[in-house]
Amino acid sequence: MTPAEPPPAPVAGTTAVAPRLVGDEATAALMLGDDALILSHRLAEWTGHAPALEEDVALANISLDLLGQARTLFSLVGDEDELAYLRGERDFRNVQLVEQPNGDFAHTIARQLYFSLAQEIRYTAVVGTDGCPTPIRELAAKAVKETAYHRDHATEWTLRLGDGTDESHARMRRGLEVMWRHTGELFAAVPGLPLDDAALRENWLTALEAVLGEATLPLPQGPDADAWTAGGGREGIHTEPFGFLLAEMQHLHRSHPGATW
Amino acid sequence: MTTPWPLWEVFVRSRRGLSHTHAGSLHAPDAEMALRNARDLYTRRGEGVSLWVVPAESITASSPDEKDPFFEPAADKAYRHPTFYAIPDGVKHL
Repeated sequence: MTPAEPPPAPVAGTTAVAPRLVGDEATAALMLGDDALILSHRLAEWTGHAPALEEDVALANISLDLLGQARTLFSLVGDEDELAYLRGERDFRNVQLVEQPNGDFAHTIARQLYFSLAQEIRYTAVVGTDGCPTPIRELAAKAVKETAYHRDHATEWTLRLGDGTDESHARMRRGLEVMWRHTGELFAAVPGLPLDDAALRENWLTALEAVLGEATLPLPQGPDADAWTAGGGREGIHTEPFGFLLAEMQHLHRSHPGATW
Repeated sequence: MTTPWPLWEVFVRSRRGLSHTHAGSLHAPDAEMALRNARDLYTRRGEGVSLWVVPAESITASSPDEKDPFFEPAADKAYRHPTFYAIPDGVKHL
């Protein structure tokens, strides 16, 4: 019996290459990674524009957490830069919620509340489901702590805006209603992740109703998942603002391929 | 902003056994948000295990004008300082 070859020594400054996923499992990593990357980019747009310096830093921190998640997930599928900078609009599999423009601060918080809550619930389920790919479960176990903080941040702001002044209440309510039509897609089944998505959505609704109730805000009543409403992001169909987001995000890399800091 | 948020002073305990140390200050609408802002501003790189936030207006500070009466007398009385003892070799941190 020949001894197994020792693994090649990792190159200084790089981490060991994670096992590559293929098929549905790669699609799952891509979908979750695209969600994280696109929301990260949207939140980064607040940098220098948030209502207060402290909030500027808070949003940037959340953005960087999500960027880290996206990098890990992309590294399971292929080259991070190629996936982030060289794919076309129809190749992105993120839910349409995360690509929605920031709007005013309340719109951003509404989007953040819907998404963070969903992401935390899904990551928690992924960690506890043996049938999910091991590298994604490892990522989820680490990321769920970050996501819990993101949910907490969005919850605290929802309470303060909802239960604040007439103006803040009206704006928060409007943000929740504008973003609502993009929430039907949040718990669409992700191939490669054998989860009970309908049950997860029930958990999400229960948690959401608790937050909104405390914030004196009504749960939006509009349709969220009917055929007429939005929700083709997982198939690569995106809303109009997404093309502009991609152009800005990819412009530098496409103009100067391989550019480094 | 029409109504600026109140100022909070932030204290961070870097690890168990050490006392909380003043790290800086920030603005926040209330104590809960101040704690979260402090987490984002002062402990993102593993600097702490515990945070305190205190409304800056609750701190009573000595006045710079009173610096002399407050602190000057301590400087010129050498007998108040433990400088007349030989430090044993075994004592490393004094």
